[in-house]
Amino acid sequence: MAAGNNLAVEMKGITKRFPGVIANDKVDFELEKGEIHALLGENGAGKTTLMNCLYGFLNADEGEIFINNKKVEVTDPNVAISHGIGMVHQHFMLVPPFTVTENIVLGKEPTKNNMIDYKTANQNVRDISKQYGLNVEPTAKVQDISVGMQQRVEILKALYRGADILILDEPTAVLTPQEVKELVKIMESLTDEGKSIIFITHKLKEVKSIADRVTVIRSGKLIDTVKTDTVTTNDLANMMVGREVILEVEKKEANPGEVVLEVEDLYAKNERDLMALNGTSFSVRRGEILGIAGVDGNGQTELTEVLSGLRKKEKGTIKFKGREITKPQTKRLFEEGISHIPEDRQKRGLIMEFKLYENLILGRHDRKPYASGINLNNKKIKEEARRLIEDFDIRTPSETVQAKSLSGGNQQKLIIAREFDRKPDLLIAAQPTRGIDVGAIEYIHNSLITQRDNNKAILLISLELDEILSLSDRVAVIYEGKIVDILDIGDATEEKLGLMMAGAESEEEPEGGGQVG
Amino acid sequence: MVDKDISEKKAKYLQEQHLVDFIVPIISIIAGLIVGAIFMLIIGAEPIKAYIVLWNSSFGSLRGFGEMLVNTVPLIFTGLAVAFGFKIGLFNIGGDGQFLVSYLAAAYIGYMFQLPMYIHLPFALIAGMIAGGIWGGIAGYLKAKLGIHEVITTIMFNYIALYLVGYLAGGPLKAEGLLPATPKIFDTAKLPRFVPTMRIHYGIFLALAVAVLIYYILWKTTFGYEVRATGQNPDAAQFGGINVARNMVLAMFISGALAGLAGTTQALGLEYRAYQPFGFVGYGFTGIAVALVGKGHPGGVVLGALLFGVLSRGAMMMQSMVGVPKEVIEIIQAIIIMFIASEYIFKYLARKWRERKGGVADAS
Amino acid sequence: MLANLTALLSTTLRMATPLILAALGGMFSERSGVINIALEGIMLIGAFTAMAGSYFFSPWIGVLGAVIVGMIIAAAHALVSISFRADQIVSGTAINIFAAGITGFLLRLIFGDAGQSPSVQDVGTWKIPFIKNIPVIGGVFGEQIPFVYIALILVAVSYWILFKTPFGLRIRSVGEHPAAADSVGINVIGMRYIAVIMSGFFAGLAGASLSIGLLDLFVKNMSSGRGFIALAAMIFGRWTPHGAMLAALLFGFADALQMLAQTIGLTFVPRQFLLMAPYILTILALTGVIGRSTPPAADGEPYIKEEV
Repeated sequence: MAAGNNLAVEMKGITKRFPGVIANDKVDFELEKGEIHALLGENGAGKTTLMNCLYGFLNADEGEIFINNKKVEVTDPNVAISHGIGMVHQHFMLVPPFTVTENIVLGKEPTKNNMIDYKTANQNVRDISKQYGLNVEPTAKVQDISVGMQQRVEILKALYRGADILILDEPTAVLTPQEVKELVKIMESLTDEGKSIIFITHKLKEVKSIADRVTVIRSGKLIDTVKTDTVTTNDLANMMVGREVILEVEKKEANPGEVVLEVEDLYAKNERDLMALNGTSFSVRRGEILGIAGVDGNGQTELTEVLSGLRKKEKGTIKFKGREITKPQTKRLFEEGISHIPEDRQKRGLIMEFKLYENLILGRHDRKPYASGINLNNKKIKEEARRLIEDFDIRTPSETVQAKSLSGGNQQKLIIAREFDRKPDLLIAAQPTRGIDVGAIEYIHNSLITQRDNNKAILLISLELDEILSLSDRVAVIYEGKIVDILDIGDATEEKLGLMMAGAESEEEPEGGGQVG
Repeated sequence: MVDKDISEKKAKYLQEQHLVDFIVPIISIIAGLIVGAIFMLIIGAEPIKAYIVLWNSSFGSLRGFGEMLVNTVPLIFTGLAVAFGFKIGLFNIGGDGQFLVSYLAAAYIGYMFQLPMYIHLPFALIAGMIAGGIWGGIAGYLKAKLGIHEVITTIMFNYIALYLVGYLAGGPLKAEGLLPATPKIFDTAKLPRFVPTMRIHYGIFLALAVAVLIYYILWKTTFGYEVRATGQNPDAAQFGGINVARNMVLAMFISGALAGLAGTTQALGLEYRAYQPFGFVGYGFTGIAVALVGKGHPGGVVLGALLFGVLSRGAMMMQSMVGVPKEVIEIIQAIIIMFIASEYIFKYLARKWRERKGGVADAS
Repeated sequence: MLANLTALLSTTLRMATPLILAALGGMFSERSGVINIALEGIMLIGAFTAMAGSYFFSPWIGVLGAVIVGMIIAAAHALVSISFRADQIVSGTAINIFAAGITGFLLRLIFGDAGQSPSVQDVGTWKIPFIKNIPVIGGVFGEQIPFVYIALILVAVSYWILFKTPFGLRIRSVGEHPAAADSVGINVIGMRYIAVIMSGFFAGLAGASLSIGLLDLFVKNMSSGRGFIALAAMIFGRWTPHGAMLAALLFGFADALQMLAQTIGLTFVPRQFLLMAPYILTILALTGVIGRSTPPAADGEPYIKEEV
């Protein structure tokens, strides 16, 4: 009986709670030896949490983990490593000025006469890379090689430590399409050699083309584990995004006016100097909410940063109220009438150590009535702060506490109060409800609708499909830095959008995408 | 909307925060004094007696009080310099270099020009400030434009200042005669003394006024708002349309000018010329201690400067009257800095203690 | 002329020695990600300890004492800045102030003098048999204080440790990308402690070379900024042992030139300009005017393990 059990990993009833949320709720997961198993789910569904429990970064509150049919308490990554588990993180753990070999052998260096035996080390790296078809140059410095290469180094690091079970966390997120193809080849040669692979993803197309089986997780719960050849991408999309709509927003028919923002053929690079916006075009009119739907990392961050003057564009035009903005500067954009709810309230939205009244004037601190000349008008500032706290229902003991003492939802309301109070013509809301409680979400949604009804143009960028669907009047889907299509809300269904977001519709793979190798 | 429920909890939290701000410096000062006492016991001196001497040397007589204030003046300025740097998130440890260039620049204006006092004195003061400001501003520029750590550049600029001022005061700008110093400044450039028999000069009022001004700038002006915003969260500041790079240069200029005022008042109020320096007086480094004790607040800086003014005044007296080497003060100073810098461990221990006592820590 | 050249080069080597030693110390510390501006103070304490050791016991016991005390003080810097998460600059500053205080205090206490200690036995010189007879080279390398040879050997040893051993690779990984090092099971905190304590070893030795190598007594505040020049040499030498050595030699040369110019009455360049040169060169090196010098990526950053 035991011999027939061909499981590399078995996780039973894993529950992991964080303050206020259950990230994993009695999740079961099985990985067979020699298979490629996709772990599919939306952002925040609990995929990474589950894998962190397996790798020992987190300790599950409940549940059991078996590795090769042996019960294991994975208290920290060293335990996981010693049981043959290797993890390739989304953000590579590599030392840039070190060579490929140095990165791979770090912490487990072969030595001769107390010195690192570079000859053996390089040979080891060459041997492993040949065995699995991972072509790397052992003596190249990591900072000089491509992202795809760096990922191979990460995989080699795990293999060098004797990993039989590999966890790849969103491995394709940072790769070009060609690099993805090469990765798939590598994954196949790894399984040919008897390794088992778990790969975390939210891209449906990849699941179908790469994985043997797929486990779908939604809101921390296991939905199902199925063989990929028994389901269609459509089924997967439904399993992944098709949840009951919990947020119903009352709204009237939109009454759109003239175009306020017109973006045409916009190009911009990301942090890694790769093109993240590849000719994005769309326009937003007064009195409407344009929702931008898309999977994380398809250019949304770059788009909001270009539109708020924090990132320079490579090409393309931005027209605001009919005039072209050639060189967007943060301060200028404010003054022209663009308000902006940033996607990361702690990093960009608020100064946590500042008091509420100080946060409420950021960006207009040098303008009347908050300042006269070089002086701050603190009395007026506090007065206005009290008004905004009242108007926007911010729960706080007073306007003189630090922003960090508020709850997430109230912090977000603080930003909304500041940005709405500017009376902008265009409001860019990026992830306006991320990580906040239901009450605050409802409040923020209603405020966005009110702004729309007050004839403002609103650009809503969100990873939450629900949010996009319940608020938007039109929906644009962004994929790899391009707008795939713009649909009227009446035509937009979750399935349709889900497929477009996963790149299924517009993608024209020359080789069909399915069979590789 | 004011919420009663959280109001109480937050008030308690705020109280604790303030407590930490006050308690940590006080514990640190006490720890410093205890360590000092241990050293005194080692050499067979009586700490209590020594500390009484220390106290009396500053507060026992008007003369002593005046001398203590003489020590305090430069420390207020260098303390403010470090504190202002902290506010924008930069560490100006170049106070000693900024002190020296300003010292020389003020003295130079003081003896080179013959002007009525109401022009000459401000002229000399401003020249001193600008010299120190440039010395600090360069470090700010190198940080803002090239990302070079300001600690490294300000250290380097300390020594460049030391040798540059040494060269100028002992060479091209040297007065006739044997004394390695510039000529004496004219009376019109002097900061007057207000008690004829004492060395204390109007620099003390200037220092207090500047402390108030810095407070005003930081909390009452838009520039101060931008400085604090940049120091707390440069990303959010930039998002708010604040020119982070420009503010860094400007803030380091101001920080340098503040440290420069220490040198300026030294030249115009005390020494009336610039001597060739043979090393650093150390006001810049003590300024770090002053700013830390004062928790970066101008009012706290004044108190911190008084503390170190009293200590340095008392050091001499303790040595001559109870035979405690004056260097014990430096040891006390170092211990105070170490303790304040280790604030994290205080908070950590306090949290542990509260957890043990209260069972569960507050979830929020 | 030749005699002057020999003297100049010989002095260069001697003046560079404390800088080389302290720069090596700074390098180990910063390579692991901890800025150590306490080099100055540790040197001073090392100088005092070496003198006192020689006074009460023997010169080499003095050297041993200097090294041990140096490591203890460095351990304090490590404790406060790594475990207590104090600002590394603040902690270093406090140690520098402490060093000035404690050495002055003990000087007064033991020797009853404010300015300097009595003359003690120094470590003497070592003669190298064959080299000694070669012209010029013999004059420079043939007979020197032991610290010169020790420093040169330690440069080679440090190079070997840092670039050839697993330990060195791990130190460097911790200073560049602590999270990556942590993910392969390297103890980041432990490595940093070791590296900082090593820097105390080198700075203590550098201090000994001042008091009972270059001189035979302790003078109040005798490190007089050499810890900071060593920091400059380390930066100028791009955080490598050989680079730091070359930079220290260059700075030592400027110092020697300035001393020689004074003794033979040359005034073609004011001596202060020569003294200033190291600092100006270092700034230029950092700005990239003469090849950009970049510190380890995590230099000065405390490592706080992410609590998910």
